[in-house]
Amino acid sequence: MSRDASARETALSALHRELGARLVPFAGYLMPLQYAGIREEHLHTRAQAALFDVSHMGQIVIEGALDALETLVPGDIVGLATWRQRYTLLTNSEGGIRDDLMVTRLPDRLFVVANAACKEADHAHLVAGLGDACAVHLADDRALLALQGPAAAAVLAELDDELATLPFMAARACRLAGHDCLVNRCGYTGEDGFEIALDASGAEALARQLLADARVAPAGLGARASLRLEAGLCLSGTDIDATTSPVAADLAWTLARKYRDGSAMPRFPGAAAIMAELAAGAPRVRVGLRPDGRIPLRGGTELADTAGRSVGIVTSGSFGASAGHPVAMGYVERALAAPGTRLEVTIRERRHAVEVCALPFVPHRYYRGRGTPDP
Amino acid sequence: MSTVKFTHDHEWLRREDDGSITVGITDYAQEQLGDIVYVELPEAGSAVAAGSQLVVIESVKAVGEVAMPLAGRVAAVNDALADAPERVNEAPLDDGWLVRIEVDDPAGLDAFMDEAAYRDYVAGL
Repeated sequence: MSRDASARETALSALHRELGARLVPFAGYLMPLQYAGIREEHLHTRAQAALFDVSHMGQIVIEGALDALETLVPGDIVGLATWRQRYTLLTNSEGGIRDDLMVTRLPDRLFVVANAACKEADHAHLVAGLGDACAVHLADDRALLALQGPAAAAVLAELDDELATLPFMAARACRLAGHDCLVNRCGYTGEDGFEIALDASGAEALARQLLADARVAPAGLGARASLRLEAGLCLSGTDIDATTSPVAADLAWTLARKYRDGSAMPRFPGAAAIMAELAAGAPRVRVGLRPDGRIPLRGGTELADTAGRSVGIVTSGSFGASAGHPVAMGYVERALAAPGTRLEVTIRERRHAVEVCALPFVPHRYYRGRGTPDP
Repeated sequence: MSTVKFTHDHEWLRREDDGSITVGITDYAQEQLGDIVYVELPEAGSAVAAGSQLVVIESVKAVGEVAMPLAGRVAAVNDALADAPERVNEAPLDDGWLVRIEVDDPAGLDAFMDEAAYRDYVAGL
């Protein structure tokens, strides 16, 4: 396995090695690809609970006139209640997507999680856009752990019983394993789960305590990729980028209702292009894709209609261990986006049939027990 | 006693009683690839040039190619892998075999590493 000498390590690197992880460079960090094996980790996440180190992701704190963030994202920030979290996007002036973000409103600040590969650029963009109204800080001494799976709530409840009933897309500040943590009930697997942000110095103690629970196994980026694909969730920079609009990406639901119903004037970059596309429809839209056989579809593979005409492209794909077949997503012409539409790909000079599928491939199982999730 | 030889590309080559050679990948190779999800095999009867790509093995995260070091003709392929590619992970030297080749020059097998030499080679990687 090649080793990038310049790659940064997370607070859990020593633990990853101890657990036998295969470490690979990813977004400037040396990250665990797998421990026991991608398939086993994937299935364990859906059966019990898996612990992911996602400390490479950016943790950005915004203080000041918090509502100013609405000048950069299409989501409703004014209407985001304290201790609630929202998925939103940083758009560019053409209506494309710079990155996707999770934003939590805390009593005195916004807590933002950004993608690892974009975090410096996102920080600079936020500083440039909010500089007069807000102080924006990209933390580099923090860790982020994700505990995902149907047993995650029961595992964490043993450390803090209030977490068992924390609503989906809500946050709580609490002490876990003796360290101050900010816990959000969210994730990137389609399962119930939590993301726990804390000081890097406490990460290993918390990770060891969670792993000591028999229901918890470590999982790496490999399982994270196949889980999020089955869940139909986008990977920023791959399934969504500066050239894909929220409408094309099937993320129009992230546009605040007040913009969609015309009761407020959007101020985010590219708003005019995005609102026009929302009315007219995007030329190409993101869909789920499944080959008839077992051949995996990989990002960059061209999609053709049954007459051989190029009609789209695969953006990412893997094998869905829970679905039991290859899973992929990509963009196709809007007229060909209905589930059941038959398409073709050519891989190593052989043609293979592909069908457009509804997303997700595996139903989401988010916690719906208490509280009303944000629309 | 069948003879098993190994290549530097982590393939094994076993001479069968009828003189044909069965080809697979080693335990080291399957371990490096990780969970195998697809195996693309050649057509039985097709000709094989020395060094040509014979089989493509895709894991969740990687695509591996198996090249045939000896010229010949494909006598049989392991059709069971179409529905159960994970057999290459589970039993790479046994149920996870890939293809059987009738080679033009059976003596060509002698040039490859025996098991002890291959084990030393892997230990040095």
